[in-house]
Amino acid sequence: MSAIKSRPIYPGLKVDERAKRHLVAAEGEGALAVLEAFADAPDAWSRMTLLYTPGGSAPANHSETLQGRAPDAFHLHPTRQTLMTRLNALLDTATMGTRLYAAGVEGHIGEVVAAGLAHGVDHLSIRTEHRGSLARRVQCVHCKGFIDDVTISPVPCAHCGVPLFVRDHYSRRLAAFQGVSINAETPDEVPASEELYK
Amino acid sequence: MSGGVEIPVRVVDVEQATQTVKRFRLAALSGEPLPSFSAGAHVVVTMDDNGRRMRNPYSLIDRADDGSTYRIGVLRTPNSRGGSKFMHERVNAGDQLVVTMPVNLFPIVRTGRKHLLVAGGIGITPIYAMANELRRRSASYEIHYAMRNEASGAFIDELRAAHGDRLKLYRDDMQEFVSVSQILPNQPLGTHLYVCGPEGMIDAILKGGRDAGWADENLHSERFLAPAGGEPFSVVLQRAGITAEVRSDQSLLEAIEEAGVDAPFLCRGGACGQCETAVVSCDGKLVHNDHFLTEEEHASGKKIMTCVSRLKGRELVLDL
Amino acid sequence: MTIQFKTETFRDDFTFSNSPEAIHRFPFPFDKDEYMYAVNIEQHMPGPVKSAFEFPIDIDEHYVSEMKDRALVLKQDPLRCQSLPHMITAEWDLLELLMESMAKNYPEHFTLTRDGDSWHWVNGPLGIDQKFTFGDTSTLPYPPMEYITRQCQGDFNLIDQRNDNLWMDAGIVTTQADWSLDFDIGMNFMEWHAPVPLAHDIGVFDRALKFLLNLQQGRPVRRLNWTMTINPRLDTSPENYHKWGVDRTTVTPENVGNKVHLRVELQALWRLPRSNAIVFSIRAYLIKMEELVTIPKWGRRFHRVLRDLKPELADYKGLTRYRQMTVDYLSKFDDGAPTSPGFFPD
Ligand code: HEM
Ligand code: FES
Repeated sequence: MSAIKSRPIYPGLKVDERAKRHLVAAEGEGALAVLEAFADAPDAWSRMTLLYTPGGSAPANHSETLQGRAPDAFHLHPTRQTLMTRLNALLDTATMGTRLYAAGVEGHIGEVVAAGLAHGVDHLSIRTEHRGSLARRVQCVHCKGFIDDVTISPVPCAHCGVPLFVRDHYSRRLAAFQGVSINAETPDEVPASEELYK
Repeated sequence: MSGGVEIPVRVVDVEQATQTVKRFRLAALSGEPLPSFSAGAHVVVTMDDNGRRMRNPYSLIDRADDGSTYRIGVLRTPNSRGGSKFMHERVNAGDQLVVTMPVNLFPIVRTGRKHLLVAGGIGITPIYAMANELRRRSASYEIHYAMRNEASGAFIDELRAAHGDRLKLYRDDMQEFVSVSQILPNQPLGTHLYVCGPEGMIDAILKGGRDAGWADENLHSERFLAPAGGEPFSVVLQRAGITAEVRSDQSLLEAIEEAGVDAPFLCRGGACGQCETAVVSCDGKLVHNDHFLTEEEHASGKKIMTCVSRLKGRELVLDL
Repeated sequence: MTIQFKTETFRDDFTFSNSPEAIHRFPFPFDKDEYMYAVNIEQHMPGPVKSAFEFPIDIDEHYVSEMKDRALVLKQDPLRCQSLPHMITAEWDLLELLMESMAKNYPEHFTLTRDGDSWHWVNGPLGIDQKFTFGDTSTLPYPPMEYITRQCQGDFNLIDQRNDNLWMDAGIVTTQADWSLDFDIGMNFMEWHAPVPLAHDIGVFDRALKFLLNLQQGRPVRRLNWTMTINPRLDTSPENYHKWGVDRTTVTPENVGNKVHLRVELQALWRLPRSNAIVFSIRAYLIKMEELVTIPKWGRRFHRVLRDLKPELADYKGLTRYRQMTVDYLSKFDDGAPTSPGFFPD
C-alpha cells in the first residue's frame, strides 16, 4: 500500500507524565495498548478516566483487566456510539492539563480525535495507537453517508447504493476515507470486490 | 526579508510613556490609510542615521479607526548600538521613517476557546493588540502584565479602561510575580497561552505550562526576529565582468539587478529554485536562508540562492 | 473598457465558447514543450494589457454565465460553500479584497463607496445594489465570503495559518478539477495535497509550504495549474462524478476537437490583513482543442506536452481514456517546427 499523506500517523500511546488527568478512550484490542503504555506509570492510573467499549473487533473483552488496574474512573460502554456520548460530556467540562488518548480501530481513533478537535484540542496533542482490524470508515462522496468497518473495495454505499472505490485519502474532520464511484466511466461493469483492509 | 512593500511614514507625535518607553504615532506620507493588520504583527522600521541604515522590528500596538495612524512602542535599551537609542534621541514629530507591511509571527490561534495573554515589560505591545482584538470578537481572555513598578507600566491606564478586571498587574516592587501555579489551573480545554517579555520570563512561563500538563500546541511565545538584511559585502559577477556592493538593506539579487545584470528569479522567497547561481569562490561564509537547496548543497558552498541568501565576509564571486 | 458578457451554459446543451479575443488572452500554461510539477510560483504582478494577468482579479466575457452556473451548483449542493467558525474575519478580508479589486479595475461594471464601515456596492452586470455595514454579517443576504464569491469568477479557499502549517478552513468550490471541499475542509497543506502523485517525493510541497508560510501582505503570488475536461463543464466535482465521468467515454476521433478542453487554473495567493489568513483563488479557463490550435504555437506545444506527459500525471488528471485520441488530433497541427520560449502567442 502506498503511504497516504492525508492518513494520520498513529505513533502509539505514550504517557504524558505531566498531565493532571489522563482521559483514555479505548476500543477492543486498544485495551492492550493502554495496559502496555501505562504499565510503567503506576501513578497515572489514579489520575485516569478510562472509557472502554469491547467493540466489534476484539476477540476478547478486556474490561476486567482494565478495571483491575483501578483507574480513578472507569466507564464500560456497550458500543462505540455510547462511548462517544460519554466522552463528549467529559470533554465539555475538562480543563487544560487533561491529556486525551485514543486506542483501537482507526474509525474509533478518528471519532475520538474529531471530538477532541470539536472541543478545541489540537489533534497533534492527542496520543493515538492503532490496534485491531484495519477496517476503514468510509464516506460516500456522492450522498455523504458513512459506512463503518469497511474491509473490501469496491464497497456498495450503504445509503445510495453506488459502488465505491475506497480512495487513499483521509479526512480527520470526518474521521473517514473517501469513497468514489468506481464505475462512473464504465456504468455497465462493477469490478469484483476484494478484501483489502482486514 | 528583501523586496517587501515599504511605506514611507511621518511621525505624528511622540509620547514619553515612562522613563524608558516612548510611543510613536506614524502616518503614511501619502495620506492614504495604513493597511489593516492582525494582532501580534510587527513592522520593520528603517531609520537613516546620516547614511547609516538601521532596521528594527517593532510590534504594532494599534491602528486608528480611520486607518490614518499606527502606534509602536519603543523601549530604550541601555547598551543598544543603534535602533532604540536612535528612536529615543533623534526621532521627533515631523520626522520621516520607512516601515514595511505588517508581518505576523505571533498570531492568535483562532480555533482557541480561551486565551491567556502574559506580558513582561515592553512585551506588552503585541499583547495589547491581541487583547483588543479578542475584546472586539467577544472572545474569552485574561491579561497578565508584569512590570518593575507601576510607573514603568507603559500601558496600564489604557488597558484598564479597555479591559477592566480582565487585566491583572504584577509589580516587582510589591513582590507580585506572575505565577503559573495560579493562572494555569482550571482553564477550560482549548485554552491557549501567549507570552511576550524578557527571555527568562518566557522560559519560565513555557516551562510552567508544560509542567502543568499543557500541550506544546497550546503554548506560544513571540519568536526572536531574524534581523532583516545583513552585513554589506562585495559581489563579483565574473561573466559580466562587474563588481558591485551589496548594501546591508538589500538582497544579493537586488544588488545584481541594480548593477544592470538580468538575473533569473521567480518567487523571490527562497522556494522556487529559479535564482540558483553557481559560486566561483568566496572570501567569507555563505549565509543560506533558502528552502530550496539541500543541506549538503548548502554545506558544499558551490551554490547560492540570490533572492534570500548572502555572504558574511568580504567578497563573493558568482558565475553570472 | 466595457466587457460584452455572453449568455451560455456549462451543462446540458453546453453552449460555452470563446470569442477570438478570449482565445488570444487564454492563460496558456506551458512555457516549454514539456511539463512536470515544479514550484512554479511567481509574483502576482500586473501582466500585459488585456491578458488574464492584467488585473489581480480577472473578469471576462463568461462572467455572468459562470455566476449563474455557480448559483445552480449551490442550490443543488450547499456543502460546496463552507466556512469553519473561526474564519469569519478572513471572510470579511476576502470581501474587501474582491470588491476593491473589481471596482478599481472594472469601474464601468462595479462600484464601491466606503464611508467608514458603511459600504455601498453596485454590481452592474448582475443587477445588484447593496448597502451594508462592513463587519456586520446581518446586513448582507449571505455570509461575506459567499456573498462576494457568488459575484466573482473562480473558486476560493481561505487558509488559516497556525502551528507552522496552513489549514483549509473555508471555501467556495463549484468549478473544481475533481476534488471535494466538503472532504478536504479542515485539512493541512500536506493532507489536502495527499492524492497528488510524484510531487511530494521531489519536494515540491515542502518548499511551497515554507514559501507560503512567509507570504507577505501586499505581495501576492500566482501559479498556473492545468488539467483537461470533456465538454465545457465547470462543475467536475467528485460529488457528481457518477454523473459526468461517463462523458470521458464519449470522445471520438470526429468530436475530439470540439469535446476535449484544456482547463487552466490561474491560482493566486494573498496574505489577508486582519485575519493573517491566506486566500487561494482558483480561476478556471476552458478552451476546446479546435480553439486552441488557432494559435499555432499552442497547438504544436500542447501536442508535445500531452504526448510526453508522465503516465502518473495523466492518470491522476483523468486523461488516460482519451489522451491518445487527443494526441492524434493535435499531431495534425504540429509540423515539428521549434517553438519560442514563454507562454504568449508568437
Ligand atoms: C494554499 C493554497 C493551496 C490550496 C488550497 C491548494 C489546493 C489543492 C487541491 C485541493 C488540489 C487537488 C488535490 C486532489 O487531487 O484532491 C491541489 C493539487 C495540486 N496542487 Fe495545490 N493548493 C495550494 C497551493 C499549491 C501550491 C503553492 C503549489 C505549488 C507547487 C501547489 C501544487 C499543486 C499541484 C502540483 C497539484 C496537482 C495538480 C494537478 O496535477 O492537476 N498547490 N491543490
Ligand atoms: S527566486 Fe525563487 S528561490 Fe530565489
